[in-house]
Amino acid sequence: MGNIILDVTDLHIEFHDHDLPETVVEDFDLMLEAGEIVGIVGESGSGKSMSALAIAGLLKRHALTKKGKIMFDGTDLLSCDRKTLRSYQGDEISMIFQEPMTSLNPVKKIGWQVEESLRIHHKEIDKKERKRRAIEMMEAVGLRDAEHVYNMYPHELSGGMRQRVMIAAAMIGEPKILIADEPTTALDVTIQAQIVNLLRQMNKDKGTAIIFISHDLSLIRQLCQRVIVMQKGNIVENGNVEDIFRKPQMGYTRKLIAAIPQINLS
Amino acid sequence: MRYILKKVLSMVLTLFVVSLCVFLAFSLIPGDPVTRMFGTEATPELIAQYREKMGLNDPILVRYFRWFVAFLQGDMGISYDYKIPVTGMLAEKIPITFTLAIMSFAIMVIISIPLGIYTAKYENGIIDHVISVINQIIMAIPPFFSGILLTFVFGVILRVFQPGGFVSYTVDFEKFLKYLILPAFAIALPKAAMATKLLRGSVIDEAGKDYTRTAYSRGNTTNGVLYRHVLKNAMIPVVTFMGMALADMVAGSIVIEQVFGIPGISRILLSSINNRDYPVVEAIIMGIAIIVLVINLLVDIIYRIINPRIEVES
Amino acid sequence: MKRFLSLFKKNKATGERNTYLLMGVILTGLILLMVIVGLFYTPYDPTKMDASAKMQGISLRHIMGTDNMGRDVFSRVMYGSRITVVIATFTIIIGAGVGTIIGALAGYYGGMFGEVTMRIIDAMLAFPSILLSLVFVSLFGTGMYQVAVALGISFIPSFARIVRGEFLRCRNMDYVEVARLQGVSDIRIIFVHILPNIVGVLLSSVMIGFNNAVLAEAGLSFLGIGSQPPYASLGKMLSDAQSYLFKRPSYVISIGLVIVLMVLGFSFLGEGIKRIPENK
Repeated sequence: MGNIILDVTDLHIEFHDHDLPETVVEDFDLMLEAGEIVGIVGESGSGKSMSALAIAGLLKRHALTKKGKIMFDGTDLLSCDRKTLRSYQGDEISMIFQEPMTSLNPVKKIGWQVEESLRIHHKEIDKKERKRRAIEMMEAVGLRDAEHVYNMYPHELSGGMRQRVMIAAAMIGEPKILIADEPTTALDVTIQAQIVNLLRQMNKDKGTAIIFISHDLSLIRQLCQRVIVMQKGNIVENGNVEDIFRKPQMGYTRKLIAAIPQINLS
Repeated sequence: MRYILKKVLSMVLTLFVVSLCVFLAFSLIPGDPVTRMFGTEATPELIAQYREKMGLNDPILVRYFRWFVAFLQGDMGISYDYKIPVTGMLAEKIPITFTLAIMSFAIMVIISIPLGIYTAKYENGIIDHVISVINQIIMAIPPFFSGILLTFVFGVILRVFQPGGFVSYTVDFEKFLKYLILPAFAIALPKAAMATKLLRGSVIDEAGKDYTRTAYSRGNTTNGVLYRHVLKNAMIPVVTFMGMALADMVAGSIVIEQVFGIPGISRILLSSINNRDYPVVEAIIMGIAIIVLVINLLVDIIYRIINPRIEVES
Repeated sequence: MKRFLSLFKKNKATGERNTYLLMGVILTGLILLMVIVGLFYTPYDPTKMDASAKMQGISLRHIMGTDNMGRDVFSRVMYGSRITVVIATFTIIIGAGVGTIIGALAGYYGGMFGEVTMRIIDAMLAFPSILLSLVFVSLFGTGMYQVAVALGISFIPSFARIVRGEFLRCRNMDYVEVARLQGVSDIRIIFVHILPNIVGVLLSSVMIGFNNAVLAEAGLSFLGIGSQPPYASLGKMLSDAQSYLFKRPSYVISIGLVIVLMVLGFSFLGEGIKRIPENK
């Protein structure tokens, strides 16, 4: 057993925006060791993104109830006050999203957005040093000509480049956990592989633990040691990726495995 | 830079087209200017003599270019009725109308931006509902009626405003500005209501976009997301609206000047329309057209500054 | 009729009532009722002067009092509302009619024609509409019909722009493609296939246009351009009344309120129509 940095127990999420409450996540448990990569896989609506958003503290506070515990660094992220939560967001826990096209602010320069976490959490770092680190980080995620990209706007970059920018912005504070919510779904297949490689490299170089969410088991197999399979808000399987591939316990998992070629072709 | 150059060129082109339209329209309507000038005293010899003198026998395009070049040099022709240069008639009035429009604009901005942000931030709160009802009513009150109501409240009930007590800027600038406050409010209120409504909707729209979630994920506070991320995006449509509103305010001053007895360009414009004193009408319309075009150019430049995407879109 | 009434019931999906539509229908209904009744009956002859009853306040006999010539203000308001509504209607018929055709052609055909048309429309839109109408009034003269035409022309650009947008959205939709493949003529596609689909948007713009037309007409006649005495439109009455603000405020305010209610009615209707679920 390594050093456990995140311990989610009994997470329940319930929506209240319709007449009947709707349970979207039930009995979700997750233990994450430092430097580990865990995959969460499931169809859309299986609750995987909701769980991820809950860990990142990004579920909106009204119209839903949350139960359970998300322990990080001795604090329960689910019940702590907003100020404490914010002090972790972007600094210790970062997140990247499915849509690199819309996840960046269209009217702000790339550099400004990459540096934002530093500006919020490390006020002691001066402007020059911030820029130096941003450029260094942008080079580390494979953005060529980072000095130039620093002064560009999101619409001037391709989807793959934007996702690299998102990763640079997420990694600049050297967080302990990076949550990647379907980071490659909106990208071309060739770019997908590049982003997956980049995440693996980040994990190796910086020791950042990654929670990688996808509906694509083949990507999870490339990247993760451990996987959680979710269906309709529940965890249906949990274990070593290769074990699950070799002998899936559930029909649902078998279906997900069977679906791989079609997804890759599309 | 190329963008600005392009916009300037397109402005010059529009000005050209507008001036041509104005000139043709007023040249082609029936009625001979010389007969119009001399009325019953006009004899055929006199008419022929003046037509020659004023160059009315030249081809219309020649007359247009002569008129346009003179206009650009500040010579706007001679009033039919007063027989004096139009430029001189308008020179003293334009600053009055312009000050009124600028004051109205300032009032609109000062009211609508904080209010729009506030009502969006506390969407569906009590204050939001109250303000949206007030907005709806204010938008239904024509500026000239709100002018009358303001006169009634501040002049008749509270007695802090002296109706008809206009003081020219050449006499006492401070009193001049003081007198313009109420008229400026009358012009600004409906625009402020619209701008508030627009900004509120725009902020709410933008706040629902993906990039705000990214901003929160980096540890931003609600205000951080609102002021550092959402506001600039939300201002994009508002800037366009406010530019159009400023142009409207220049024209809207015409009505309000009548309500408050302000001797701006309104009185001259109306009497020249009624008396068909075309050189004056032409000059005022061209003057306002130039102001409108310049405002549009400024809006385009500001728009370019806050919205980097524009080059891709156009 | 049943469908019409159902528009005012609570929406089952959202639990919201379309208050705007309800208030719009009530307010416009009242105004139109006043105009229609005014065709056959007014409490007094709106032009009859009565030297013994000048500047009377609000009373049961004169519910809006009398003016400086002893004429009954309410009777004059009934008459003035008619003029205002008639001018606004003409304005909308011209503006919406011509604007729809231009917008439809520009949107459907696009290309060079659409581009040039929209450039002109945009240039016109950049100019304040009151200024545009003043230009046309000074060209056409200052009677009631001239004002209607002048306002109508200055309303064309905004309708053209809205309709063009809708046509751009619709012209490549499947049902249009199908019609085109079946050899339906362009004119038929434009007016029979596409136009009915944008009626909701158009109707809502017509209501907002009405609201603006009433405001614009009132503004022009307030400036003394437009309807001629002895029958004055509401704006002219308001400007006549303004000089008696100190003597008898209720005279001025009652006329102003009628204008406000009229504008409010149309703007509620427009907002209400926009909120009908099918139009979203």
